Amino acid sequence: MTIYLPIAEMSVNILIILGMGAAVGFLSGMFGVGGGFLITPLLIFYNVPPAIAVATGACLVVASSVSGAISHFRRGTLDLKLGTLLLVSGLAGSTAGIGVFAILRSLGLLDLFISLAYVLLLGTVGSLMLIESLRALRRIAKNRAVSLNRPGQHNWVHRLPFKVRFKKSKIYLSVLPVIAIGFLLGVLTSVMGIGGGFIMVPAMIYFLRVPTGVVIGTSLFQIVFVTAYTTMIQATLNHTVDIVLALQLMIAGVIGAQYGVRVGQRLRAEQLRALLALLVLAVGLRLAIDLVLTPKDIYSIVTGGHT
Amino acid sequence: MSRPLALTIRTLFLGLSLLTTAAAAAERANDKVRPPEGIEIGMSTNEIAITSDFTGADLTIFGTLTNVDDYLQQIGQYDIIVTLEGPRVDTTIRRKERVFGIWINTEQMTFSAVPQSYSMTSTRVIKDITTQQELASLNVGIDHIRLFAANYFGDIAALDDFRQAFRRQMLGSGLYQTNPGGIRFVSPSLFRATLKLPADVPNGVHMVHAYLFKSGDFVMETKLPLRVVKTGIEQSLTEAAYGNSFLYGLSAVIIALSIGWAGSVIFRKD
Repeated sequence: MTIYLPIAEMSVNILIILGMGAAVGFLSGMFGVGGGFLITPLLIFYNVPPAIAVATGACLVVASSVSGAISHFRRGTLDLKLGTLLLVSGLAGSTAGIGVFAILRSLGLLDLFISLAYVLLLGTVGSLMLIESLRALRRIAKNRAVSLNRPGQHNWVHRLPFKVRFKKSKIYLSVLPVIAIGFLLGVLTSVMGIGGGFIMVPAMIYFLRVPTGVVIGTSLFQIVFVTAYTTMIQATLNHTVDIVLALQLMIAGVIGAQYGVRVGQRLRAEQLRALLALLVLAVGLRLAIDLVLTPKDIYSIVTGGHT
Repeated sequence: MSRPLALTIRTLFLGLSLLTTAAAAAERANDKVRPPEGIEIGMSTNEIAITSDFTGADLTIFGTLTNVDDYLQQIGQYDIIVTLEGPRVDTTIRRKERVFGIWINTEQMTFSAVPQSYSMTSTRVIKDITTQQELASLNVGIDHIRLFAANYFGDIAALDDFRQAFRRQMLGSGLYQTNPGGIRFVSPSLFRATLKLPADVPNGVHMVHAYLFKSGDFVMETKLPLRVVKTGIEQSLTEAAYGNSFLYGLSAVIIALSIGWAGSVIFRKD
């Protein structure tokens, strides 16, 4: 059973797309991530043009993050001031990213850039997560308490100027690292189609020392708005959002996520992180192999205009 | 009584013989100024609507030859080539090179106004119909589609590589195809041509060209426009994505928000 994707201009097997959506939804529910960093490479492996995979991935993250964002907003487990600062810098980053995206696309370097960015990002984050979770697992095996958040300890981040008090998080922090993180993630949303929760959450915990209670809510708040904005801009300027593809992925993803959440609740946090790290590394490795392997044809046709 | 009759008969004979000579002369003169052969084609429609589940089809074109010499026709001296050219766009082709171990697009070339699709059929394999020079001057056949690289002043050999790669890829994708022997004569002057439309036949105005050859010489060409209109929801979406892109993006976001929200409501446990 095939369905034609009008923007990607290709016919795809609807069952494969639904399966991808469900699998990514399951994993995103299980690990509490948006899933953009998984769906974009999967779509690329399925020969969806990377530009479309990225923009459609951002659209998918909107759907997978909104329900979590709403529930955190209701419960008040987010720092609105910190979230807004991250959001504004994120929107700026996303706008800059779209510009980079368009330039790279016209130079014919976009596909390569997306793959390279994924290999670097997934490789780094995956390795860090794996090392960290293995350490945690070893500590648990030795029956030692694990604390992610070590308040009171200060690093160079806390010596930066332009300090502002974030009441909800009970931190007194320079706006510079917050703006930098928000901006960087905005760029990544545009060029990689990820929400960036799996980067933002550790960055906020280890870097900014934000209390874990408000980290997820704040990050989801930022992600929903930045991905929604990115989807809009990608659709308007680059015409790369494929709504037929997105719709299938979103429906399957939302359902898959419900089951993922249930499985995730039964596993321990350290085990989950180790598994996620392995998954991230595997995806990164696969993309790296594709970059190095000799392509079937070294020529590729880019259709010029659209009728 | 008999004389006038004899005279009449003589005159009649004379007249008859004169008539025959005149007819023969006329026939000879006719032969000399015999009007050249012509070709005309027709289709049942000048617009075809393609639904989203279209997987390719055959397009049949009927045509007639006028002023055909029956003898030449019997010994197969008439050949016809029919092509369907898709809308023309500038097309860029890129070449990858290995740089520090990874494959990167390093060179690119843009060919101006290249048909997005090209389908050809003929009475015989085209290289048996006429000379390469003739085909090239008429731009008939996939090898003779004009690929003009604007703003390229580099190596001619590289240009040729790009052209070959372009043709190879278009053939591989099915957008360019040939169907030699797809033209059949129904009667000495009536023929039927079957062209293949690829599954992803581009939208827009295509042009059907029919070329007539006599004993290897090009006689004439005729053409007819054919509008390909894609219909269905996918086409409306494509139009929305390019025409009303802001609204399209807004709807994508609203759909995403509602699906995400609906999911959390439907599956809520508390």
